[in-house]
Amino acid sequence: MRKKLVLAAAAGLVASAMALSACSGGSGGSGSAAGGENAAQSGGESASDDALHLTFYYPVNVGGSAAALIEQICADFNEENPDIVVEPVYTGNYDDTVTKIQTAIQGGTPPDVFVSLATQRFTMASTGMAMPLDDLIAADGEEGQAYIDDFLDGFMLDSYVDGQIYSIPFQRSTMVLFYNKDAFEEVGLDPEDPPETWEEVVEYGQKLTNENRYGVGLALNSGSAQWAFTGFCLQNSVNGENLMTDDGKQVLFDTPENVEALQFWLDLQNEYKIMAPGIVQWTDLPTQFLAGEVAMIYHTTGNMANINENADFEFGAAFLPGHKRVAAPTGGGNFYISSGISEERVQAAWKFIKFATETERAAQWSLDTGYVATRESCFETDLMKDYYEEVPQAKVAYDQIPYSAPELTTYNAAEIWRVLNDNIQAAVVGDATPQEALTAAQEQATEILAEYQ
Amino acid sequence: MQRKKMIGAGITLFAVVLGILWLIPLIWMIGTAFSVPSFHMTLFPTTAFTLDNLKYVWNAIPFGTYYLNTLTLVVCTFAVQFVTSTLAAYALGVMDFKGSSLVFAVIFMQIIIPNDVLITPNFMTLSEMKLIDTKVGMMLPFYGSAMAIFLLRQHFKSIPKALAEAAKIDGANTWQTIWRVYMPCAKPAYLSFAVISVSYHWNNYLWPLIVTNSPQNRTLTVGLAIFAKSKEANMQWANVCAAAFIIIVPLLLAFFVAQKQFMSSFVSAGIKE
Amino acid sequence: MKTYTKKQRERRNTLIGWLLVAPALIFMLIFTVYPIFRSVYLSLTKYRLGMQTPEFIGLENYINLAGSSLFWKVMGNTLYFALITIIPSMVVGLFLATIVNRKSRMTGFVRTAYFYPVVMPMIAIASIWMFIYMAKNGLFDQMLVRMGFEPMNVLSSKSTVLPAMAFMYVWKEAGYLMVFFLSGIQSISTEVNEAARIDGANSWTIFRKITLPLLAPTFLFVSTIALTNSFKLVDHVVIMTEGAPNNASTLLLYYIYQQGFTNFNYGVSSALTTIMLVLLMIVALPRFLSQDKKIHYN
Repeated sequence: MRKKLVLAAAAGLVASAMALSACSGGSGGSGSAAGGENAAQSGGESASDDALHLTFYYPVNVGGSAAALIEQICADFNEENPDIVVEPVYTGNYDDTVTKIQTAIQGGTPPDVFVSLATQRFTMASTGMAMPLDDLIAADGEEGQAYIDDFLDGFMLDSYVDGQIYSIPFQRSTMVLFYNKDAFEEVGLDPEDPPETWEEVVEYGQKLTNENRYGVGLALNSGSAQWAFTGFCLQNSVNGENLMTDDGKQVLFDTPENVEALQFWLDLQNEYKIMAPGIVQWTDLPTQFLAGEVAMIYHTTGNMANINENADFEFGAAFLPGHKRVAAPTGGGNFYISSGISEERVQAAWKFIKFATETERAAQWSLDTGYVATRESCFETDLMKDYYEEVPQAKVAYDQIPYSAPELTTYNAAEIWRVLNDNIQAAVVGDATPQEALTAAQEQATEILAEYQ
Repeated sequence: MQRKKMIGAGITLFAVVLGILWLIPLIWMIGTAFSVPSFHMTLFPTTAFTLDNLKYVWNAIPFGTYYLNTLTLVVCTFAVQFVTSTLAAYALGVMDFKGSSLVFAVIFMQIIIPNDVLITPNFMTLSEMKLIDTKVGMMLPFYGSAMAIFLLRQHFKSIPKALAEAAKIDGANTWQTIWRVYMPCAKPAYLSFAVISVSYHWNNYLWPLIVTNSPQNRTLTVGLAIFAKSKEANMQWANVCAAAFIIIVPLLLAFFVAQKQFMSSFVSAGIKE
Repeated sequence: MKTYTKKQRERRNTLIGWLLVAPALIFMLIFTVYPIFRSVYLSLTKYRLGMQTPEFIGLENYINLAGSSLFWKVMGNTLYFALITIIPSMVVGLFLATIVNRKSRMTGFVRTAYFYPVVMPMIAIASIWMFIYMAKNGLFDQMLVRMGFEPMNVLSSKSTVLPAMAFMYVWKEAGYLMVFFLSGIQSISTEVNEAARIDGANSWTIFRKITLPLLAPTFLFVSTIALTNSFKLVDHVVIMTEGAPNNASTLLLYYIYQQGFTNFNYGVSSALTTIMLVLLMIVALPRFLSQDKKIHYN
């Protein structure tokens, strides 16, 4: 009797254990049909079962259907390399992707290869999440060196940590000024003569602003404001000083020039009233531009395809208006390889990166999205030449690269970004003067970076 | 009396108007989800009816997989809770055993401190168990449910002991007594607990967000959030509304069909503590 | 059948009791009790991304937090948000309950209308309301413009962002609280009301003098539920603002998430979790004191 009762009780344990395992059965093998964000992954299915499976995390931060294009690249790769299956995993916008990569690595399930912000490289290196690629490049011999040399210098700058290459440029962009030519004509401005200086931005902006339209638009939400701010600070610096030192260990937020730059933003909103007050979201800005609610926007070239496709007016793209000098920030994502994965996986990941950045493919990618093609040789392809003929606006980005500098890149990048963004917002909503905001940002960032000195 | 009737009618009218106001977000969402996107947002659709938004998001987001994941999550969590809670509720409600107050202490702890706030330590535990990015990982913290135990225990206690005694005399063991006497009698409690558990896990976001990395495991809420936050499209309100529509429909329909059951479930889960 | 001594029977009973409780208990121990202690321990350590093991640093995390204006801002936001969500949602909830309690043909409709947001995920609600609150083009700003005001872009202003979220929250939560009040009101015996009515009291007096006092336990219960909910639900912050502008909408749990999963500062994240635990315990205190008798009675 006693035994029976114990048995009955134990049955409960067993039952719950069974339910547990029944559920866990569902977790592993939902198979490749469930794999990608859409069916573009099907190329993987033709591969044999013992193929090497690589997980590839990627973000999408722009309009258009970049996700489908990345899936296509993976599918093409899988077709060409039956022994490797790259499984693309869409991980949201850049911020979400940074978080997801870190969580995955902490959780012991790192992706083998991933695209993340170029600005993440110091963090990736110092925490040992990504591996240096120099040995892989060296192993490719002369070809490897030629491969690296072919990338635009402006982008390659964003790949080094302490002299080692940690990432390969991929979805790289720069910020340009999109403007509505129809609106320019409407108010008597020459549509072929976009503003070239801050003064002209104000002058044109005032003409363009009316009841239903703002003259100029900037996205000031967290994760976007720091990018545009880099541009304005570079433009306001006589010798092109950036927001940080090249080693990523120090920030230079509170210089008088930067305070002026932030003050200029506030003036656009409050004094000239040619920019929407408060914070406009990065996502909403192109929509407002397309809807004719803003005449000029500072946005990524990554949105070129999207705007080109959806604008029902003539639009132009131009260099960012300069001040003391002409300058623009670069940004966007690079390829990384996780450290601590097997040699076999490293080789496969490296193969995939080279595949995804092949000249023709990089050119096509630039065409399809508006991201700047990353390699010199891309610009010699017929593909690219034809495209620039057809959409001359797209060439602006390439021409601007020599004038551009990397966006805010430091150790603990996510935290430092947040600090700068919070304080910029503090100035925008009137919690602090530009001087106070940037002084506070400088102090907070210096404290965070203290341990790297 | 006439005056009183007028007041009554007035209140009814007010109640209805307020109800309509309450429905506005839903009306707007459905209207927007099913009409051609335009640059200008309007409360009621002004553009033509279309299914394109729905089709677009259905193809852009692997909703099929997410649906399956959420369903798996909801069903498996409930199934395990069903077993664990029944056993514990029986022990705590019907039997009188030494040390049960210790168990009560743990139960109270969970009622006061919901798992939702313990994301950091639980994530670490889960990663040590190598269960990050698995469905089990998502469910594990909820397998022991204080709410369910309490609800069932309360119900078990109200079942006359005589019934159980009678079963015992017929030769039933503990398991059989639970199965034949207690569980059938407590059907309403089980129903309440099912409603609460299912709607909680259907709607839960932060924990699944943290635990899942890949689309194979993402739930509907995580998928929707990624979509809503990604910089995918212009006039994205049409698409986001369509996506939101897809994920709320099952629960909302269930609610409209069985609204009394839903409401009484929420009440009994709370008040009977 | 064998007979057992009383002692044997008791021992067997204890064993079975523990066996039956075990499955649920194990999970609760691992995922509720253990993490509580673990948070407290980790809050005394420095544990960041790239570190293999936590390093004990005593109370440094707490001292740093106490000296951080951001931390106090977040605490202030959390309490302020709790205040401006639970009081209105209780008032509205009670109001809705009295409306729904009336017998009318429309009762079914209005009850459904008030309650349906409760079963919708916060993620979906926030995604939709984000557009309602969108600058200029959003429904809310359009309404303002139509009424002759300036558009407000409520989510981007530090003084309106939390009230705007609270408004949405009340819309979602009031129906939930309504059903508790409803069941409270309906449990008040009709005889009491009838007696008062015969004595000549009007509806308003009855409500004030009889219904409200008798609802006191419901109030206590509902307020703790609402308070706990306002602490533990931050999905809307993730979707709508990510704490902007300048952390004016950063709530404690969101801050925990950010410290833990964006900055990977487990030490600070755990210190914040510990503070959250203390808050939740304070919230639960009155309910426990008042329920003490009831529990013994059970």
